Amino acid sequence: MADRNELTTTKPAESNQRPVSPAVDIFEDAGGITLLADMPGVSKERLDVKLDGDNLSIEGHVEMDLPADMRALWAEVNMPRFRRTFTLSRELDASGIEANLKDGVLMLRVPKQAHAQPRRIEVTAS
Amino acid sequence: MIDTMFSRPQSLFDQLDAMHRLLSRSLGADGAPGGIRSVAYGAFPEINVGRTPTSVEVFAFAPGIDAASLDVTIERNILKISGARASFTPARDAKVQLYANERPEGRFSRAVTLPDDVDPMKVEAKYRDGVLRISIALSAAAQPQRIAVK
Repeated sequence: MADRNELTTTKPAESNQRPVSPAVDIFEDAGGITLLADMPGVSKERLDVKLDGDNLSIEGHVEMDLPADMRALWAEVNMPRFRRTFTLSRELDASGIEANLKDGVLMLRVPKQAHAQPRRIEVTAS
Repeated sequence: MIDTMFSRPQSLFDQLDAMHRLLSRSLGADGAPGGIRSVAYGAFPEINVGRTPTSVEVFAFAPGIDAASLDVTIERNILKISGARASFTPARDAKVQLYANERPEGRFSRAVTLPDDVDPMKVEAKYRDGVLRISIALSAAAQPQRIAVK
């Protein structure tokens, strides 16, 4: 309440505010896992996809050029920062992760290790 | 096998955090007042409204939408935003497993009551990084004017 002049904080100094968890869709097919995360207002430059050991974290700062003399009439969201962390399991190929950000939606593709892909075992009759 | 990818730690702090978010959303962030047409938690897209001396700025947080499918209208000072969000999730079959489906999809529509002094003929709408920003100019009479002293 202290400062109602800001709809969405953009100053890096305030990035220590608690981050918001973005909504995600996660699904798995034979080749790997796909993750979609809603991060409106995050540009490619302010997005950080990090892999630390088995921990995959996505973090983005909301950046909008707000007029300096604007005051809030009402605000449903206050989301200066998105952050969410996932633990990958061993059969996923962390080095093959692909990330793509479009219109505020982050799409991550985590492929499975080649040896972890499902494989059909031929049964031979003798 | 890969449950670590989708299980979320349900610690006390996470639950408190979720509760705090729910409360702060339904009451409006930072205690800012909500409009009668802005509904409770879970609405898509979420909307913030601000005012400058010359315009009213509406921000709709609507990621992943084809800008061409967005429909923005103003009628009797009510701004309506509608459109559809395509589904990315594949059909559930034996080969695909769905672990999380939190992102809203399908058709949506929201309405915002604008202040009385806007000029509905001077509207600009831009969609960038998943945020739709609509600027509606205030009518000339409502804008600050400098009065020359003779």
